[in-house]
Amino acid sequence: MAMSRDVIFQKVQEVLVDALGADEEEVTADATLMGDLGAESIDFLDIVFRLEKAFGIKVPREELFPVESLLNNPELVSNGKLTAQGLAELRAKVPHTDLTEFEKNPDINKLADLFTVNAIVNYVDGRLNPA
Amino acid sequence: MSVLPLTFMRIPMRWIWIDKFVEFESGRRAVSVKNVSLAEEHLHDHFPGHPVMPECLMIEAMAQTAGILVGQARNFQEKVVLAKISKAVFHDCVLPGDSIRIEARMETIAPEAAGTTGRITRSEQLIAEIDLMFSHVDQNLAGKKFPKDNFVFTGLFTALLQDVASNHASTEPRPTESGA
Repeated sequence: MAMSRDVIFQKVQEVLVDALGADEEEVTADATLMGDLGAESIDFLDIVFRLEKAFGIKVPREELFPVESLLNNPELVSNGKLTAQGLAELRAKVPHTDLTEFEKNPDINKLADLFTVNAIVNYVDGRLNPA
Repeated sequence: MSVLPLTFMRIPMRWIWIDKFVEFESGRRAVSVKNVSLAEEHLHDHFPGHPVMPECLMIEAMAQTAGILVGQARNFQEKVVLAKISKAVFHDCVLPGDSIRIEARMETIAPEAAGTTGRITRSEQLIAEIDLMFSHVDQNLAGKKFPKDNFVFTGLFTALLQDVASNHASTEPRPTESGA
């Protein structure tokens, strides 16, 4: 089921407007779900439910927002930062997310900023239009 | 996410705000009714001389209707807690003497949570649209322990269900089973 990136973005935008009560113009590609759009933990599940409906796909939890398993492992986190091994795990788990900025200072408090609208679009694009 | 102190959660916290179920399709849809009476004390304060059912209590009526729908889908084994009011839009006031019909539909159910949509009507007139999310708390909040007893479904509400036979052969579309 091929779907253009523009159409995917529009549908993701609708999902986030409905799930987070955000205005359409706030839901830009670079907006972060927590920082800019005010998402809380239950909202991530809501977003997953709505994406599954909107795109007719199943979204395993750890694929789209795979943070919890990383944070619970002391080998992957040290002094509030991801270790080299932690970064490698994160890279493997979120191939749809750009980590360039985060890698300069892999502070776990900044993990929330990785979850952008664009990361969701990339994820859905990857699922619907595999290379 | 804030967590209630355990001492509070040990108290059986169900109070019944709906009068009875009139339809119940397991895992899919439930309809309850609530008769609003001037004998309800809060109506004398909300507002003096102009009694109107508070909108938050319409949300409570939907939360009870949808919450029992969600709980029954897992045989009341999960502790089902209201986690999010995704939508609450009110179109008209509800007054003493009104009988309202609360219809909840399961949209999605997953191991850790469920999403419902709902409508409240009075004689076919749309009064409110209320969409909710419920958390199965034992499946969330990793590392936090909850009481073993199911403090949500204490059995108090089972009388509400006596009139309705669960219809498993429904023609309603199935809710999405989320891919956890």
